[in-house]
Amino acid sequence: MSDETLTDERPVPEQIDDVVIRFAGDSGDGMQLAGTQFTASSAMFGNDLATLPNFPAEIRAPQGTIGGVSSFQVHIADWDILTPGDSPDCLVAMNPAALKANLSDLVKGGLLIVNTDAFDERNLAKAGYDTNPLDNDALDAYQVLGAPMEMLTKEAVKDSGVKGRATLRSKNFFALGLMSWIYTRPIEPVLDWVDKKFGTDTPVGKANVMALKAGYNYGITTEAFHHTYTIQPAPLPAGEYTNVVGNTATAWGLIAGAEQAKLPLFIGSYPITPATTILEELARNKNFGVKSFQAEDEIAGIGTALGAAFAGRLAITTTSGPGLALKSETLSLAMIMELPMVVVDVQRGGPSTGLPTKVEQSDLLFAMYGRHGESPLPIISTSTPSDAFEVAFEAVRIAVTYMTPVILMTDGYIATSSEPWRLPDVSALPDISRPFASIQDGEEFLPYVRDPETLARPWAIPGQAGMEHRLGGLEKDATTGNVSYDPDNHESMLHTRARKIEALGKSLPEVEIFGEGSDLVVLGWGSTYGAIRTAVTRVQKTGRKVAHVHLRYINPLPSNLGAVLSSFDNVLVPEINLGQLSRIVRAEYLIDTHSFNRVLGQPMRAREIETKIYELLDQEVSS
Amino acid sequence: MTDTARYTRSDFQTDQEVRWCPGCGDYTILAAVQSFLATLDVDREKHVFVSGIGCSSRFPYYMNTYGLHTVHGRAPAIATGIATANPELTVWVITGDGDGLSIGGNHLIHALRRNVNLNIIMFNNQIYGLTKGQYSPTSEVGKRTKTSPMGSIDRPFNPVSLALGSEASFVARTIDMDRNHTIEMLDAMFKHEGAGLLEIYQNCNVFNDKAFLDLTDKNSRDSNRIWIRDGEPITFGADNEYGVVVDGEGARVVEVAKAGHRNIHVHDAGAPNPAIAFALSRLSYGPYGPTPLGIFRNVDVPSYGHEMENQIAEAQAAKGPGEMAKLIRSRGTWIVD
Ligand code: SF4
Repeated sequence: MSDETLTDERPVPEQIDDVVIRFAGDSGDGMQLAGTQFTASSAMFGNDLATLPNFPAEIRAPQGTIGGVSSFQVHIADWDILTPGDSPDCLVAMNPAALKANLSDLVKGGLLIVNTDAFDERNLAKAGYDTNPLDNDALDAYQVLGAPMEMLTKEAVKDSGVKGRATLRSKNFFALGLMSWIYTRPIEPVLDWVDKKFGTDTPVGKANVMALKAGYNYGITTEAFHHTYTIQPAPLPAGEYTNVVGNTATAWGLIAGAEQAKLPLFIGSYPITPATTILEELARNKNFGVKSFQAEDEIAGIGTALGAAFAGRLAITTTSGPGLALKSETLSLAMIMELPMVVVDVQRGGPSTGLPTKVEQSDLLFAMYGRHGESPLPIISTSTPSDAFEVAFEAVRIAVTYMTPVILMTDGYIATSSEPWRLPDVSALPDISRPFASIQDGEEFLPYVRDPETLARPWAIPGQAGMEHRLGGLEKDATTGNVSYDPDNHESMLHTRARKIEALGKSLPEVEIFGEGSDLVVLGWGSTYGAIRTAVTRVQKTGRKVAHVHLRYINPLPSNLGAVLSSFDNVLVPEINLGQLSRIVRAEYLIDTHSFNRVLGQPMRAREIETKIYELLDQEVSS
Repeated sequence: MTDTARYTRSDFQTDQEVRWCPGCGDYTILAAVQSFLATLDVDREKHVFVSGIGCSSRFPYYMNTYGLHTVHGRAPAIATGIATANPELTVWVITGDGDGLSIGGNHLIHALRRNVNLNIIMFNNQIYGLTKGQYSPTSEVGKRTKTSPMGSIDRPFNPVSLALGSEASFVARTIDMDRNHTIEMLDAMFKHEGAGLLEIYQNCNVFNDKAFLDLTDKNSRDSNRIWIRDGEPITFGADNEYGVVVDGEGARVVEVAKAGHRNIHVHDAGAPNPAIAFALSRLSYGPYGPTPLGIFRNVDVPSYGHEMENQIAEAQAAKGPGEMAKLIRSRGTWIVD
């Protein structure tokens, strides 16, 4: 393949509104990269989109096995979408294991693109196939298009300088080229990326470009691929966009929070899936004055953060469920010391190591109650990858304004998936700084005398003269902060710390109701937002009345939530757990809820929620 | 130390009633630390005392400086956060043998190997005092306590050996009864940049009285205290009749007259390789028989906090100071009209 520009002898493509595509292959096949690049091209093209990567828990599961399959799903549309899609319309299967692991998700009649070279006896056996599904009627329900991708890639890159088996590494670019052809995606953004990453003159750079073009041209020259599709740009609000991954947005929101709080950022964290990339992103941005500390364990992660908070820095620690458990003791200390800190919990499948690379809303009750003693903390959650920016910023604001640790909850889905984000005007972000304590000459510093409105105590930091004070885990006197064993003081301090959370509640916005009627409201929190909103909207379009309430703040709950929920006959709470928010809502408001729980390590699907909504609405009608 | 001291000991005392048992070694250490700080030309507000849990960990409440009384075992981690966040501070860690070597052993070794700028004072009384007398990670084998009625079968840590094994850049040992030597050690640790560990044999007169008798009793102490001083041959005894030689087998005590004076080991606290310091730490497995006291190791290694500040300066020089508007565009953008 020479590198003259591609001549696009394209038959008129079929115009479709949206498509869900899943790239699936062995962990070593580069499917995450193919999917990410396909997404980037689609973003540049102007589509709305949402992505869902899916990794195996093992870094190097045996090649060719079901356990080693890695996939990347992307939903692209000419309208405003909220989810990565329930089921793929198109599946790219790079080997038999990828086919076996993903086929049941593919919609009937869907497009199946197969790397036929990988369907040899050995790979078939590893995937558990007795016979080759390409040779019998197993795939009759789908539109199957095969290509010998390995042979074609080897041939295409033979002059690149890459030799031997390494040539096969470019087969993901072949698949990407072919998919770009089928879905009328520009390949220029991919070429730019290759140039930046490898340089187009290096053997690897050359091989990837050659394979990409070969895939694209294979579509042009092979009649079987002449039915192509196009998805028009989505009418997104005007502005400048980037495609942002949730953990990146979280890290950026924390940096923005530190900037606007006028505090240098300190993060003390221990690597843990799926939170680690927040630490990595912060470590990459030291020019913001970020001090990133990779601790010896989770406890030291929050310990160093606590020390940094005492020293007057914006303290962050990031983790996932098992790590949150380890941090619990120090979190109680931070709570009683009333030092600001943001604890990010990127939830994953639990308990224990559970499903470490999968999504679950596993830790809500732990975040609420998983500390010794009366230890209430603000809890705030993110709904989408880009929302994480705003929510992280808000977590910083609450921590600094109220002098308290804040738990920020995201999850494995938000962490790794992406969506277009209309860039905010960062110069217009509010100033959320709060001055350090000060005293007049001769005045005694009282570290526990509070702001009457926020109940925040003053923040004096080492280096400030005249305000030397000691903080500890022992109960404190209500003004001096000195150790106090007085029983009345203890009880009063418990109430005061609880009232601080109530004070925060008074300043928070009320929940909004999306929709109308009084039959049914769907209540959600976190990453189920997209699926619930999609399901509710679909039902509303049929003329039925159903409402959606989404919670960003979980502790304290919005002040009008009780009244809002009571105004509906039915409250449906879909969660990727066994009903944790349901319990909280029932306990708080003494109202009943319908829990809808799916805990499959996958984001909740809009269709499932839709079905449940109809079930409840129809019950209502027949009763 | 300066001649015209800005502070007196009372400037470092708080109004909190000191609540250790009467006769506890902690009192003398507190007094030594307060007196020492008063001699320094360091602003009082720049000192931070951080402790975990245990008898000694009440220490910060009695120091009129900034201070944190924290979680059992976690003081080295929390202090690491303080010292890294602000390298201008003088951060002291107060810990004990249970706090620092049992529940907090992990944080201790990591603070030492990172060379965080911390002055760690380990009060070693070889017992759990606050919980009323259980054996600790430095209690001797066979120790009978309420949780080891038939004698402890745990093999003890030697804190100095552990610190040297972590390649701590400053390691010393002293004893609570010797106030002058304690202050000398505090001063050396304070002047040293990076992580320092000072083990202080501290008498718990309630639950483990006379644990250090070999080193404190009038009749035995001269023949058991091995003073090690940088650049000097290691000899001890009432008439310096004993000495230490170091060879391929390690370090051992000899009679100077028999071994010959020129074969006596000359201590080099600044040796880059901690191996000989480690050998010296093995002369005794605890305060039994001849036991070295003094500075085992004192070497220059860049401190963690400054290294981190250097990286920030480097990043800013290379990329310019952080700009939010640039950062959110760093993954590529497109315009929708
Ligand atoms: S129990 Fe022992 S160490 Fe604790 S205060 Fe009393 S004498 Fe001191």
